[in-house]
Amino acid sequence: MSDEPQITDSELQAYADGRLGEERSRAVEAWLAARPDDAERVASYRRLGEELRRAYDPVLDEPLPDWLGGTRAPRPRWHRFARVAGWVALGIVVGAPAGWELRDARQAAASRGDLGVVMAHRAAVAHAVYSPEVRHPVEVGADQEAHLVAWLSKRLGTQLRAPKLEAVGYSLVGGRLLPGENGPVAHFMYQCNQGTRVTLYVRTDMTGNRETAFRYAREGNVGVFYWVDSKIGYAVSSADISKEVLLSVANAAYQQLNPP
Amino acid sequence: MNEAERLVELIPRLRRYARALVGDRAAADDLVQDTLERAWAKLHLYRRGTDLRAWLFTVMHNVHVNKVRATRATDTLEDEMPELAQRASQGDALMVRDLDRSISRLPAEQRSVLLLVTLEDMSYEEVARTLGIPIGTVMSRLSRAREKLRAMMLGVSASAKLKLVK
Repeated sequence: MSDEPQITDSELQAYADGRLGEERSRAVEAWLAARPDDAERVASYRRLGEELRRAYDPVLDEPLPDWLGGTRAPRPRWHRFARVAGWVALGIVVGAPAGWELRDARQAAASRGDLGVVMAHRAAVAHAVYSPEVRHPVEVGADQEAHLVAWLSKRLGTQLRAPKLEAVGYSLVGGRLLPGENGPVAHFMYQCNQGTRVTLYVRTDMTGNRETAFRYAREGNVGVFYWVDSKIGYAVSSADISKEVLLSVANAAYQQLNPP
Repeated sequence: MNEAERLVELIPRLRRYARALVGDRAAADDLVQDTLERAWAKLHLYRRGTDLRAWLFTVMHNVHVNKVRATRATDTLEDEMPELAQRASQGDALMVRDLDRSISRLPAEQRSVLLLVTLEDMSYEEVARTLGIPIGTVMSRLSRAREKLRAMMLGVSASAKLKLVK
């Protein structure tokens, strides 16, 4: 026994995982050849790995639940958020660590003139205010879409478009005119079959803002993807869907509003 | 591809790991969602060019540890339960062989090491970095997890065999 190479337990583990170098692997094999019990132990480690992969790899192919981008799962998101004391609607975020960050970020952004962050905040507030509306979610309904777009374009002084989001499961409910910091803002509302709503906030006074990246922000329970294209700022908000789903909606809007 | 897109691509892997880690499907998806929320809020802290997967699994690990800590009272109880259940069901090969159950009986810190090595095929260095523990600890936890699982899977037959040998 003393003239045999010493094999550590770590080496046995690494050998079972196929992570041992060739030379040490040969030493381990020689060592195991004389020890059927240990050989069986190592073989069982490998079988265990195979069983684990067989048991859990199918999860990789499972469709994602709604909030992760797949079919809808019954998940009372509001209750979760309501449980967390201090999560206040209307963007007045208190207490939650993520909220603190965003609020700090917003204050910092406002002081250095980052209009994108300020816009994301206002878009989240607008979403929180209007999206729960049952009877009056919009001023002008989608049945008068041409009129809606012409009207908002005229008021904002820029030709606007209401993107078609059917491909990602959302259809236009309508829109309204909102007061912004320096002038009018267009607000489009979309809804999916399950009733979850997404709003698109458009302002046309983003002068002096050079930030054009696609960004994400969170205000309370409202998630916002926003971007700026020269002087037009866009923000896509929702409180009911996951970031991934919202991202796909925002991407669809982005593709149409900012064609390459 | 930017970080957000790569992050989304990693979701199925997060789900697989979470499922094995917490067992229950709904609880696993809860963990994934909390992880994603946290990751999104912290994405600015991720250093470009470093391993996004390791970073994301670190976020999940921390979220999980915090969740477990938050339910410490019930967790202590659960820690006691497997011992009792195991003893009571030792004759029941089906129960003992049930992979889910066996894994759930592993101490949490051993479970995460084994799952990262086995399911994620992480190197021991990656596991150490992800969990924030020394590599020696990774190795000892891996070894203990495997031995424990092996004993559970073999159940009574193993101890019986031990007596018969010789």
